[in-house]
Amino acid sequence: MSSTITTEPRRRTGVVVEQVVRQFGDRRVLDRLDLTIEEEELVILLGPSGCGKSTLLRLLAGLDRPDGGRVEVPARRAIVFQADRLLPWQRVLRNVTLGLHGPDADQRAREVLAEVGLSGREKAWPKELSGGEAQRVSLARALVSEPELVLLDEPFAALDAITRLRMHDLVRALRSKHHAAMLLVTHDVDEAIALADRIVVMSNGRIGSAHTVSLTAADREASVAREELRARLLDDLGLAGQH
Amino acid sequence: MTEIRIPAPAVVKGPDAETTTNAPEREVFLPVDARRRTPLRTLRERLRWPLGIYTTPVAILVVWEILARAGVVSKTYAPAPTSIVKSAVDLWQQGVLGPDLAISLQRAGIGLAIGLTVGVVTGVLGGLLRSGEYLFNGLVQVLNTIPLLAVLPLMIVWFGIDELTKVLLISFGAGVPMYLNLFAAIRGVDQRLIEMARTTGAGTWRLVTRVLVPGALPGFLVGLRFSLAYSVLGLVAAETVNADKGLGFLITQGQTYLQTNQVFVGLVIYSLLGLLADQFVRALERVLLRWRPSYEAS
Repeated sequence: MSSTITTEPRRRTGVVVEQVVRQFGDRRVLDRLDLTIEEEELVILLGPSGCGKSTLLRLLAGLDRPDGGRVEVPARRAIVFQADRLLPWQRVLRNVTLGLHGPDADQRAREVLAEVGLSGREKAWPKELSGGEAQRVSLARALVSEPELVLLDEPFAALDAITRLRMHDLVRALRSKHHAAMLLVTHDVDEAIALADRIVVMSNGRIGSAHTVSLTAADREASVAREELRARLLDDLGLAGQH
Repeated sequence: MTEIRIPAPAVVKGPDAETTTNAPEREVFLPVDARRRTPLRTLRERLRWPLGIYTTPVAILVVWEILARAGVVSKTYAPAPTSIVKSAVDLWQQGVLGPDLAISLQRAGIGLAIGLTVGVVTGVLGGLLRSGEYLFNGLVQVLNTIPLLAVLPLMIVWFGIDELTKVLLISFGAGVPMYLNLFAAIRGVDQRLIEMARTTGAGTWRLVTRVLVPGALPGFLVGLRFSLAYSVLGLVAAETVNADKGLGFLITQGQTYLQTNQVFVGLVIYSLLGLLADQFVRALERVLLRWRPSYEAS
């Protein structure tokens, strides 16, 4: 890496994405996109399938490099993928400690597993878990390293509606204990409203619009403001009048 | 392995299924235990596969024994299984079989040790490193196309007719399939899991020991099975062509003096070695691949 000005970090916390371009062949998926995430902020990235949400997330994760622009993220970050991606040949505990070192690794993993409601399941094989349990293990695996940024790529898309609601409660509970910035990618408007501090909608390879959500937990469930927000989000997604 | 035969689902026809012909057909499933257990059914279940996978071999042995006793097959062609066992005991008591078996096992053991070591080391290097792949892959692919038995004459020219040729032939037979399977297994480990491991901050060592090695284990065991089988093949080839002791020598000697019994004793021991090797790998699979949701045929 060259030591030009651009590789120097500019901030201490959060995420800065500036004028990022990513293209595959002729198709420009991200077109000079800007995004900032504050410390401990939960930003929901909303958009239809194939709009480049996951591409942006992979850039933030460092799994992919931009073709132009600049991405600045904390070094301590973790990812929850859409599929649980557990190692089938390791028991739950060892899956959680995969990236952990030190003598207290097992103890910390046990604590985080308890937080996601899986204490007592440390010895289970991944094949013995239900879909929701497996995704909770992958959540624990992400949180156990105390990251400053957690990236979640449609983490609950494959779960049934009831399990998904439970996972939303869990995410809210975990946020009060783990002080990390979060970026959650989804195409579910209701999930966005349930969890977000801020919702950003992607369109044409950029952030099309942003909505700061400052509703109470009860208002997120049912209120006039919620319905208005929902209508505006659907409008942003080009779905106005269909719901 | 005991197999629990799951019988055809108990179908209980609705009460008016017989009377009204146009009624849509219906099926009712009940717990397996709820069906009536008639003595006949119990007997049939027990008789179905009394010895598991060894039912067929044992059945053939019994038929063979009967045919031999009845004089249908001549003694010089195929002596009765019991008389083969008797000759094995005789040979053992004469002090012939023991040393021959020992020397054969020793050859197989040394050959396997060399072959597996080389196969595993090159396989791991080839699987993990791009340069390892370029270094070994072409060579092993070429070697793999050469039949094992065709190398024997060259080896005799190069290394003489001593132990070295035999051991090397066995290790050649064991090493090549181990490399090929291990290489493919390591490269075949799910890319998404490797990516995931990288994002958790696991270093290269963790990645290798917790992701790549366990992920390649099924392929390694397939390689091991092939290696063991080919090493027995190499052993037979090497010993049959030239040996003054060992199982192959026992067989050649039996052939020369028309001692069909003795030939069969050698063959039986070879097959037992193969069977033992297979059971060994099966046991390893049961322990090492517990995590795998495996398909169980009914």
